[in-house]
Amino acid sequence: MSGGYINKISVIDYGIGNISNVLAAIDYCGAEGQVITNYKEIESSDYIVLPGVGAFKYAIEQLRNKHMLEPIKKHIINEKPFLGICLGMQLMLNKSYEFGEIDGLGIIDGEVISIESQKPSNTIFKIPHIGWNKLIENKDLNNIYSNLLDDKYMYFVHSYYANCKDSNNVIASVDYNKIIMPAIIQHKYSYGCQFHPEKSGPEGLSIMKRFLDE
Amino acid sequence: MSSNIRLISRLDIKGSYLIKGIHLEGLKKVGNPNEFAKKYYKDGIDEILYMDIVASLYGRNNLQEIIKETVKDVYVPITVGGGIKSVDDAREILKCGAEKVAINTAATKNPELIKQISKRFGSQSIVISIEAKKIGENKWEVYTENGREKTGLDVLEWAEKVDKLNAGEILLTSIDQEGTLKGFDYDLIKTVSENVSIPVIASGGMGNIDHATSVIKDSKADAIAIANVLHYGKISISMLRNKLIDENINVRRLY
Repeated sequence: MSGGYINKISVIDYGIGNISNVLAAIDYCGAEGQVITNYKEIESSDYIVLPGVGAFKYAIEQLRNKHMLEPIKKHIINEKPFLGICLGMQLMLNKSYEFGEIDGLGIIDGEVISIESQKPSNTIFKIPHIGWNKLIENKDLNNIYSNLLDDKYMYFVHSYYANCKDSNNVIASVDYNKIIMPAIIQHKYSYGCQFHPEKSGPEGLSIMKRFLDE
Repeated sequence: MSSNIRLISRLDIKGSYLIKGIHLEGLKKVGNPNEFAKKYYKDGIDEILYMDIVASLYGRNNLQEIIKETVKDVYVPITVGGGIKSVDDAREILKCGAEKVAINTAATKNPELIKQISKRFGSQSIVISIEAKKIGENKWEVYTENGREKTGLDVLEWAEKVDKLNAGEILLTSIDQEGTLKGFDYDLIKTVSENVSIPVIASGGMGNIDHATSVIKDSKADAIAIANVLHYGKISISMLRNKLIDENINVRRLY
């Protein structure tokens, strides 16, 4: 392990896939990752990564059954660093409408809605939004990500997106057939990204490294 | 912007070897799949597709070790198919680091599986692999077991059905064109792509860059699966990408 990371990065395994590639990317970034499967381990973690491929409802049920919901919220309230990836990002919002209305973690104000619901009736395009698309920075914000993200291609795969109420939470967006969707969101030390930084080649890994440097 | 066309390298696996055949038969060993995947990643491929072409025939799956090895070096999405019969099988594959599972035989036998996997892991994690054989004018039949078994299903009807059952994508392979290097089955790809709401990956027959241009522009493919021409070094990924950019086709730009 190279210098810079004092603490381990805890990746939550809640039975919803894609842990190993996140760990591989953490390792690539020079940090030390560990898998955690128990809510008690959340309490003793310094940095949490919540990955996720899958359905919002199932994910929330899994977190609830494993008594992880409250410890995650507490971690965030205590301003410890957090990164939600893809579904993990969507879980940060108040609620989702995927397979019914379900409450999320409520870290960031907004709702998870379907791309389909925003598609104008006279247009034809494919959903899910799958593939490499470029980031658009929120120019109103000035932060460590300014001028680093524009035109960087990331890998997206999603049918729903995190529709944030406050644009100050949105560091970067993505444009899919004129539907502008948040790509990176932030609240204090909590970050979420809709794309998969761990699967977006060297550019994705460099953004991942920035997140882990928080 | 609209979606960018994805360039996917398709690696057919038998045991621990990358193989290549004609019409999904007459197999020839090409090399170590991990080495090829690593090379394609370095060259800028958008995705990797592993298909264990004997797994479903023998009811087993060799791919897990290969996936685990690949994800150590390859940081682009990986789709894995072959022998996946249940939600648990899908979970095992995703757990190894794959983004998506591709399912053919099990879905034709039990279409509800598509719904189950989609509900559990999200629709974006399930690719329905359709092996299509031309049986008449604008008519194709669904085959399984790498073109060995007929199903009696009509390709377009099946594609529309898997779309409704919440599949995330369709990998559409022409058995007739597969391995011939004579170009895609353009009518097949166009017919399906225009009638489903989910992305269609064109597979089978790519022999040169013009084939790619045609299947994207005329047949409305959302992605292309490339095998032989890459494995044997006939074209490079950067050459293909640059040519597509020249043709005003949206692809991921590498700087």
